[in-house]
Amino acid sequence: MKQTIAMVHGSGGQATGELIRDVFAKAFDNKTLNLMEDSAAVPGSGTIAITTDSFVVTPLEFAGGDIGRLCVCGTVNDLLMRGASPKYITCGAILEEGLDIEVLRRVIYSMAETAREAGVQVVAGDTKVIEGHGGMYINTAGVGFIEHGAVSAAGARPGDAILVSGTMGDHHAAILGERMSIETDIKSDCAPLTEIVRNLTEGGIHLHTMRDITRGGLATVLKELAEASERQFVIDEELIPVTLKVRDFCGMLGLDPLYMGNEGKLAAIVPEEEAERALSIMQHSKYGENACRIGTVTDGPKGQLIMRTEIGGERDLDILQGEGLPRIC
Amino acid sequence: MREELKAVIKYLKEYDGPEMNIMEVCGSHTAAIAKNGIPTILPDRIRLISGPGCPVCVTPSSYIDRLIQLSMKEHTCVVTFGDLMRVPGSETSLSAAKGEGARVAMVYSPMDILDMAAREKETTFIFAAVGFETTMPVYALLVDTIVRENIPNIKLLTALKTMPPVIDYLCRGGAAIDGFLAPGHVAVVTGSDAFEPLAEKYSIPFGVSGFSGPELLIAIAGILKARGEGRVMNFYPSVVTREGNERAEAMIDRYFDVCDASWRGMGAVTGSGRILKKEYDWIDAGSRGLDEDRQKNRACRCGEVLMGKIMPTECPLHGKVCTPLNPQGACMVSTEGSCYSWYIHHRTK
Repeated sequence: MKQTIAMVHGSGGQATGELIRDVFAKAFDNKTLNLMEDSAAVPGSGTIAITTDSFVVTPLEFAGGDIGRLCVCGTVNDLLMRGASPKYITCGAILEEGLDIEVLRRVIYSMAETAREAGVQVVAGDTKVIEGHGGMYINTAGVGFIEHGAVSAAGARPGDAILVSGTMGDHHAAILGERMSIETDIKSDCAPLTEIVRNLTEGGIHLHTMRDITRGGLATVLKELAEASERQFVIDEELIPVTLKVRDFCGMLGLDPLYMGNEGKLAAIVPEEEAERALSIMQHSKYGENACRIGTVTDGPKGQLIMRTEIGGERDLDILQGEGLPRIC
Repeated sequence: MREELKAVIKYLKEYDGPEMNIMEVCGSHTAAIAKNGIPTILPDRIRLISGPGCPVCVTPSSYIDRLIQLSMKEHTCVVTFGDLMRVPGSETSLSAAKGEGARVAMVYSPMDILDMAAREKETTFIFAAVGFETTMPVYALLVDTIVRENIPNIKLLTALKTMPPVIDYLCRGGAAIDGFLAPGHVAVVTGSDAFEPLAEKYSIPFGVSGFSGPELLIAIAGILKARGEGRVMNFYPSVVTREGNERAEAMIDRYFDVCDASWRGMGAVTGSGRILKKEYDWIDAGSRGLDEDRQKNRACRCGEVLMGKIMPTECPLHGKVCTPLNPQGACMVSTEGSCYSWYIHHRTK
């Protein structure tokens, strides 16, 4: 018989203990967590980066990932973008009554596997149960060590090259397809960017600024960086990588791939003279095979993001407005 | 870039003939024009004007009000496409009503409502059937299924509109338009011949166009060259024929009568709508007589924008009180709306 989460699993008593031992502790298994203390005591560093993020995605499992993998990637990538090496994360799980324990087990094991891949330890956790319809939410906090100097959103300089680590919109299209029951074979790109960033840093690339391309998509991210850096960014439409499948999917729903989120892609702004080497490093790193250069930072109007379109026009891009709803016809 | 396209771009950039106002009467064209940066390629003497081509933009407020009222009823669920959620009625929107407990579901295809109705027999599902000729065949198909399977718990609240009568209305009203980019998707159903009487009557060229940048440029160049000639040119022959989709048209005729329709900010236009035939009244959730159109903000000039009388930026609310996050009129809501498109692309011409 299918076992599901009940209010008793949040009681703090026997059932809670069993659930934690059976699912969470088994999956995350490390010395710090196994002590089951009130908080984790871990070695530190001079400057640390701290981030937190909550994950509320539905469905819980989707093509290319699940909420467990997603929460590690989201947290780890945020640390990486600041120039930090991710070290520890926490897992605060809010479970709805009726959640299938098998589903819970799968996503928590997936979370553990992604954490190992990303090189972080899950060192603290919490579980609560609320009334509901079998859903779940995860909040994660992450800590990383800044060892080579922090990267800031304001660091882009005129002449810098704008690089992206792969194709745009995959995660957003995969989730939307699942929610709207549209059959596609688009997979989420949800992935930790640890290897790409480590290789860039160890390769001596001066990362002037960097950001993971999540909600709001490429246009939103680049516009924010252009504003923070007080520079003009000019990108070329024909250089922006989008798979044919995602392009068609967006065309059908009237969505714009430039505003579709990813969960395993980054934009990096590097000095022109290092651009080719940085690109080659990205292309030889895991999850960076399709990396390419899409534009240049200029000293044009501050905070402007201009895209040269394929037919030679110019499009003045802004951050995402509204929710990006599919169109009517 | 293909040689033909290069030549077209050169022709357009160097165009020094008489000034031309070209209206696009399809919201997808409006969006595609901005996305491709077409206004930045054209010289100032070629002006692109958005017409009443976004289905949610032209829907009068009383329709939205009625939909909201239905969504608040017990055992009732309003089913709609995404665009309609945030369109303001006379006071509020479906999205706001949802926050207050109304039941509203978003779908990709109208046919999804069949599964919902089969699963929940005690609930009446009301499809917000808004659209032009493009979406009408799917609504007809839905009605056909409801009738054949005698499904009691699906109804339609319709606001269906047709393109040629409203184009006629604009031209009759003396709009300064020298050419039309005819809607490609509508023409798939109606055929390019649907625009022939209008082209002849007003001696204006119509270019049926696709939705990519190159397709739009080629159609615009074609319209320029045919200035003053009353003819229809099909620049989208891969999917549009002269006759259109006769089976789809027959399906529409089987279930829907032609009626007068009310257009937001414009008023009633004779013969510009479709409504369920009397014998299918039992499927209609009260679509007749939803003509009243009361703006949420009296200063909103959506009507004039829709008729091409002013550019979106000429509305005093544009970008100030009226933004995509706080839309005062429907044209600022939909991704196909001209105000939205001008706003997000910082379009100035």
